[in-house]
Amino acid sequence: MRKPADEELLAATAVSKRFGGVRAVEEVSFSVRRGEIASIIGPNGAGKTSLLNMISGFYRPDTGSITFEGHDITNLRPAAIAALGIARTFQNIALFGGMTVLDNIMLGRHVRMKAGVLSSFLYWGLAQHEEIAHRARAEELIDFLELQDLRKELTSALPYGLRKRVELGRALALDPTLLLLDEPMGGMNQEEKEDIARYILDVNEQWGTTIILIEHDMAVVMDISDRVGVLDRGRKIAEGTPAEVQRDPAVILAYLGSAHQAREQAA
Amino acid sequence: MTIEATLPQLLRRNAEKMPDRHALREKDLGIWQAFSWRRYWEEVRDLALGLAAAGFGQGDKLSVIGENRPRLYFAQLAAMSLGGIAVPVYQDAIASELAYVLDHAEISVVVAEDQEQVDKILSLKERLPHLKLLVFDDPRGLLNYEDPILKSFEAVQAEGRVFGAAHPGHVEAVVEAAKPDDLCLFSYTSGTTSRPKGVMLSHANLLDPAEVFATTEGIRANDEHVAYLPMAWVGNSLFSLALHMHVGFTCNFPEKPETLRRDLREVGPTMALAPPRLWENALTEIMVRAADASPSKRRIFDFFRGVAERAQLCVAEGRPVPLGTRLWRSIGEFFVYAPVRDQFGLRRARVVYTGGAPLGVDVFRFFRGFGVNLKQVYGATELSGLCSVQPNAEVDPETVGRMLDGMDVRIAEHGEVEVRSPGVFQGYYKQPEESREAITEDGWLRTGDAGFIDARGHLAIIDRARDVGRLYDGTSFAPQFIENKLKFSPYIGEVVVFGEARSFVAAMIAIDASTVGKWAERNNVSYTSFQDLSARPEVLGLIRDEIRKCNSGLPEATRIRRFLVLNKEFDADDDEITRTRKIRRRFVTEKYAAVLHAFYSGDEEVELSTEITYEDGRKAILRSRLAIGDVDEPSAPAAAPSRRMAEEAVPAE
Repeated sequence: MRKPADEELLAATAVSKRFGGVRAVEEVSFSVRRGEIASIIGPNGAGKTSLLNMISGFYRPDTGSITFEGHDITNLRPAAIAALGIARTFQNIALFGGMTVLDNIMLGRHVRMKAGVLSSFLYWGLAQHEEIAHRARAEELIDFLELQDLRKELTSALPYGLRKRVELGRALALDPTLLLLDEPMGGMNQEEKEDIARYILDVNEQWGTTIILIEHDMAVVMDISDRVGVLDRGRKIAEGTPAEVQRDPAVILAYLGSAHQAREQAA
Repeated sequence: MTIEATLPQLLRRNAEKMPDRHALREKDLGIWQAFSWRRYWEEVRDLALGLAAAGFGQGDKLSVIGENRPRLYFAQLAAMSLGGIAVPVYQDAIASELAYVLDHAEISVVVAEDQEQVDKILSLKERLPHLKLLVFDDPRGLLNYEDPILKSFEAVQAEGRVFGAAHPGHVEAVVEAAKPDDLCLFSYTSGTTSRPKGVMLSHANLLDPAEVFATTEGIRANDEHVAYLPMAWVGNSLFSLALHMHVGFTCNFPEKPETLRRDLREVGPTMALAPPRLWENALTEIMVRAADASPSKRRIFDFFRGVAERAQLCVAEGRPVPLGTRLWRSIGEFFVYAPVRDQFGLRRARVVYTGGAPLGVDVFRFFRGFGVNLKQVYGATELSGLCSVQPNAEVDPETVGRMLDGMDVRIAEHGEVEVRSPGVFQGYYKQPEESREAITEDGWLRTGDAGFIDARGHLAIIDRARDVGRLYDGTSFAPQFIENKLKFSPYIGEVVVFGEARSFVAAMIAIDASTVGKWAERNNVSYTSFQDLSARPEVLGLIRDEIRKCNSGLPEATRIRRFLVLNKEFDADDDEITRTRKIRRRFVTEKYAAVLHAFYSGDEEVELSTEITYEDGRKAILRSRLAIGDVDEPSAPAAAPSRRMAEEAVPAE
């Protein structure tokens, strides 16, 4: 089995985010260890995506702080955070539809490219060397995600499940230390879900990438996560191994409502 | 011709004679990576040493499972190099089939392509008492597997190099001591009628047809071949192992099955072998693309297709092709034929073969008309795959050509084709009874096919001997012939026709989902699923029209009168067709007994509960009510009854 190291990779301390009167995230603290798959679950509007957006720098927390590999990243811009090795995918696919699968994945390598405008324009020296190295890495990912037959296809022409896979490829192209996945299986059928779950496990196993996963499919979450955190209305209500979380009365209450609890008590 | 070498000996010879020439080329990470003949031998030797270190030796059996990959060939040759036997199996076989073959063949080592296959084998471990070692090629997803029998390909080769240092010349000595008559390959038949049988073949069995074929057909060392067929099919072993070793051309491996088309275009093979199914699919695809093209392009395509057809008919009837047609054909070559060939990677193809099952005359003519030198070959697993080929000047869609040098054919009394050849197998593994039955007392193989020899001396195959049927009135009909005719329609995927001891012929049809789907789109027919689509009245009408077209080319008595469109595709997982896509007629007849009953009792519909098997082996029951169509529904009611009566009068006479 995989053994997550005991080293803390990412830690959020009492982060909060408000939008006008709405308290999207309130005083949430959690940490992720290097090499583990951590899931965040919760009902709609619980603040899961807001939390992810704060880690990746799209939102700035109102209070609290976030550290990554010991550095404070609370106030960094998204590009700077990406450069540190945090990659993400989006709940609503954000690919360039007019570009091919290969180009979309190569784009993910952008933050790793160093050649200047001039040498890139001439395609000479460092630029050429870099392009070849990055293309090699992109090919590895295409192989990994089994997209060989779609290299030159426009992403806009692909079915939904495959576009999700390409998006995962682009995030992986960053060679991330930490990968944030926002509902990678949303809208998929059972077979596609199992495929993606397989890829997530393989990414974690092959490259030791730490993963934070937001997902609604409980069966998948419980199956592949090392640890699960539960949010409800902006607050963290539980955290632990999948088994612990499933037994937690607060979680059952949040998911199934008080009627269920009333019935349980009556019985 | 006497064979003086074994396959591993030929590999060593090639490695010495042309060490730096490309033996294999595999597309990996988007780039074609070449293996020289020297490297081929070194890979085989290292693996063989590793297997020897693990105790594999003379007479032991090694199985490979997966898509065509260089390493699976290294594994087969490594086994042969140690005096062992290679047993390739179908990679899409479900667990129970696989367990039977692996257990029956007493496999001690399995070399699997990837995690999917490893999982399958590990799940069967308890049922495979002989299995000692499971080697995998692609390590993806397997890092944390901790089964003691599981090892990576690299690890086995590394152990081999250590073992080799302690035992120098070990493999070479075994290779040189081997005799051409030693067994080297078990090819399990796909079993249209029963459990798979292990056909035992020796080096000489495989190499003799390969050598004769190479001489007859002029196969050269600078030819390019693409290996993509199922590893377990004997045709693949013959081409990609025996012929490859003998001639020394380059064998190319596509990146994965889905990229085959693009890879074919990149390689531009000079020769190819494909079963009829692939030609039928290619034709369907061409038709669909033509139908989707703009009207002007479509007209150009249709015009030149007509030209090609007329030219082919002239050739078929032995008339000279008129000058006008010839002129148009050379213009068509530039604008239509060559570009279409190029799309399928056949631009450099000198010759392509079809075999394994009969190919419809129309499909055959189409490709020949488009300038593809398509030729039929005939063989059987028990004949090491090959015994006849059509000579270049005598290509004819109705026959499978002339016997190769050193091989003879005769027709037994009951019409069965019998062949004598150096390729005739050494018996079925552990089935002496069946082995004796397969060969006549004077050493001819009973092929099980019905056929005849025409005036030119060509062999023509009609059908499986046991399938040639007779209607109730004694009219004989060949189901496969009618089925192939129907399958020329782009909308019909698979079809089974019935009629044995009945008063007329009826057909059970599975539509081609992609073409009928496109047709539905164009004609504003909405549908939700395959099941829904196949039950649409518009689709039934479409299929009825297709059957009428086919009927017009059939003798009155064997025309299809009634039909049913199935709500599923035929599937090898349901045992309805074999992995090489041959219909298991008996099984289908039993399974769809209710349909048969409805056909001949005049019912308008039939209640069907079919068992379907998922890819992982789970089963489910699909219940449905399907309509049965009459082909000749009275379009003009007044005229119809009399015509029907006239038709029914035929059997009475």
